[in-house]
Amino acid sequence: MNKKTSYQLMQGNEAVAEGALAAGVSFFAGYPITPSTEIAEVLADRLPATGGKFIQMEDEIGSIAAIIGASIGGCKSLTATSGPGFSLMQENLGFACLAEIPLVIVNVMRTGPSTGLATSPSQGDVMQARWGTHGDHPIIALTPSSVEEAFHYTIKAVNFAEKYRNPVILLMDEVIGHMRARVNLPPRSMVEQINRVHPNMPHEWYLPYERSATGVAPMASFGDGYRYHITGLIHDAKGFPTSNPNEARDNIRGLFAKIERGFSEICLVDYEYMEDAEHAIVAYGSMVLSARSAIEQLRESGIKVGLIKLGTLWPFPRFALERFLPQLKTILVPELNMGQIYREVLRVTSGKAIIEKLNRVNGTIIAPQEIVKTVKGMVR
Amino acid sequence: MISNSQLVNKYFRHNKKFPHIWCPGCGIGIILGNMLRSIDALAIDKNDIAFVSGIGCTGRAPVYVDFNTLHTTHGRALPFATGLKLARPELNVIVATGDGDATAIGGNHLIHACRRNIDITTIIFNNYIYGMTGGQYSPTTPHGDKASTCKLGNIERPFNISALVEAAGATFVGRTTSYHTLQMQNIIKKAILHKGFSVVEVITHCPTTYGRINHKGSAVEMLKWQKEIAIDKSRAEKMSPKELEGRIITGVLIEKDLPEFCEQYDSIIEQAQSQAGKPK
Ligand SMILES: Cc1ncc(C[n+]2csc(CCOP(=O)(O)OP(=O)(O)O)c2C)c(N)n1
Ligand code: SF4
Ligand SMILES: [Mg+2]
Repeated sequence: MNKKTSYQLMQGNEAVAEGALAAGVSFFAGYPITPSTEIAEVLADRLPATGGKFIQMEDEIGSIAAIIGASIGGCKSLTATSGPGFSLMQENLGFACLAEIPLVIVNVMRTGPSTGLATSPSQGDVMQARWGTHGDHPIIALTPSSVEEAFHYTIKAVNFAEKYRNPVILLMDEVIGHMRARVNLPPRSMVEQINRVHPNMPHEWYLPYERSATGVAPMASFGDGYRYHITGLIHDAKGFPTSNPNEARDNIRGLFAKIERGFSEICLVDYEYMEDAEHAIVAYGSMVLSARSAIEQLRESGIKVGLIKLGTLWPFPRFALERFLPQLKTILVPELNMGQIYREVLRVTSGKAIIEKLNRVNGTIIAPQEIVKTVKGMVR
Repeated sequence: MISNSQLVNKYFRHNKKFPHIWCPGCGIGIILGNMLRSIDALAIDKNDIAFVSGIGCTGRAPVYVDFNTLHTTHGRALPFATGLKLARPELNVIVATGDGDATAIGGNHLIHACRRNIDITTIIFNNYIYGMTGGQYSPTTPHGDKASTCKLGNIERPFNISALVEAAGATFVGRTTSYHTLQMQNIIKKAILHKGFSVVEVITHCPTTYGRINHKGSAVEMLKWQKEIAIDKSRAEKMSPKELEGRIITGVLIEKDLPEFCEQYDSIIEQAQSQAGKPK
């Protein structure tokens, strides 16, 4: 199985677990919650044989705390949860943003708010992923739209976390998490693994938060001889708390700057039928599946419609829309929420096309037929 | 024993701006100093110590000392420490946490860490109050005592931290006060050497908030009060419940040898690897 490409039947959540292993994740802490639990179960089974570790914590606050701790110890670390657990993780997510700890949170979204519809799909946590923790901070959020992509995006999530020393959120909707599909996974030797940069200077010279030319500071693991301080307080390059306004500015702006620098690499976008498109559907997650099938039908009836598929939601890939604005008359954004990405699309297109939304918050998905009908209405 | 100036020179960070944030007379510095003496007596390499804290006046202890130091979020030091310990079992992981940090917001993590028996040494700085936020009542504020959020007296009953962690399954429990510095050093040494989850509860004083509102006098008077209420376990065993009223029993209260979490996990890894090696 390790030598050549292998076909297998796999569930989205299982693909995430496989992706985590392929990316080199060696630590998982979590607390069971539908519809994400399979990820924990697979990794509880699989990690020990790789020398990795799994722990079931007392809650999701503890889960994210434990993966931060393990990441500081040098492990690539991941947790998986759903809405209620994601809410509990927010404070420590902010800690990881400020202290620049690489980690991945998989959020298999279910319908909220609160306990909501525990087993039904949703895309309701898009804005929570962006702004759920308090204070200004950059975040990376990826969203796969197929089982195979769940595998690849998990690897990308781990790699981005390591490269940018930033938490990465993998937002999946329940449809992708629980869907089973035939996947074609690459052999391990073909998987690109990125590891955080470790310091190589003498111990006394190490300034833990001094950014290198890449905008990211090398990260020492605890126990490697670089004794230093990590805190959730605003800190200087030495890692020590500071309230000096210039140092505080450098600290927070430095977080944004490193993600801005990586912007084009981080933004995963695909285009289908966009060359001659006069109308576009902007979709992500399971909505991509409905959009694709709608586009086939619409093309058959002569409507020039294409797909802008967002694999990255945060930072928002505004260029994906901007480049097509001159040719587009209308844009439709179907989402399993009240219009969270629709607002972003409105913001970046600033009135240069007709933008419509199509929303669903009752635990069911939007069928291709409904998209076809809406686009036909817009085109008319 | 190491002199004070040697201790400062060896363990305090030379590149960190001082003074520290604590009030004059605060008990936290006494506990930190004695923790360092215990570490020095055990001759543990500074690289092999991870010192983790939550939020509060107590939570500020790690930043001053030259170890691998991690200042986490309020109440969460233990789960951070748990992940770190699993990632680096060779590290001596020591947690500093206040009474509020450990038993209010972090209470759930505390009992589960006890139950899991992971090899972490937790020092609970029990000053009976939320010091950092200006003296609100905590889960250990005695019944009837005052705080800024119970000026007419606390109507809640306090936790007995040592009894709580014993019930939750901690395999080492020690209690001392910031007056009893030699006992404190001894207990902390034993706690660090103990294989499993150990808790050291140190009764200490916050002269600024708890002391002032409850008319406990100066820091020195509060230390004397600790001397008076403390009674060593060996003597307490011979006393009646009536005689023990209002006293605090100190010493090593619990010491048990039970399987430790990281070691057990290592055997899970071994089993999984030998199964994976077997042809199906
Ligand atoms: C989530 C959260 N809630 C509240 C606070 C505010 N806060 C900071 S320290 C503290 C109490 C600390 O009390 P204790 O743990 O006893 O430590 P001490 O200051 O007495 O050493 C509180 C409530 C916070 N930092 N985070
Ligand atoms: S407020 Fe109390 S606990 Fe905090 S530093 Fe001052 S004396 Fe110490
Ligand atoms: Mg306190």
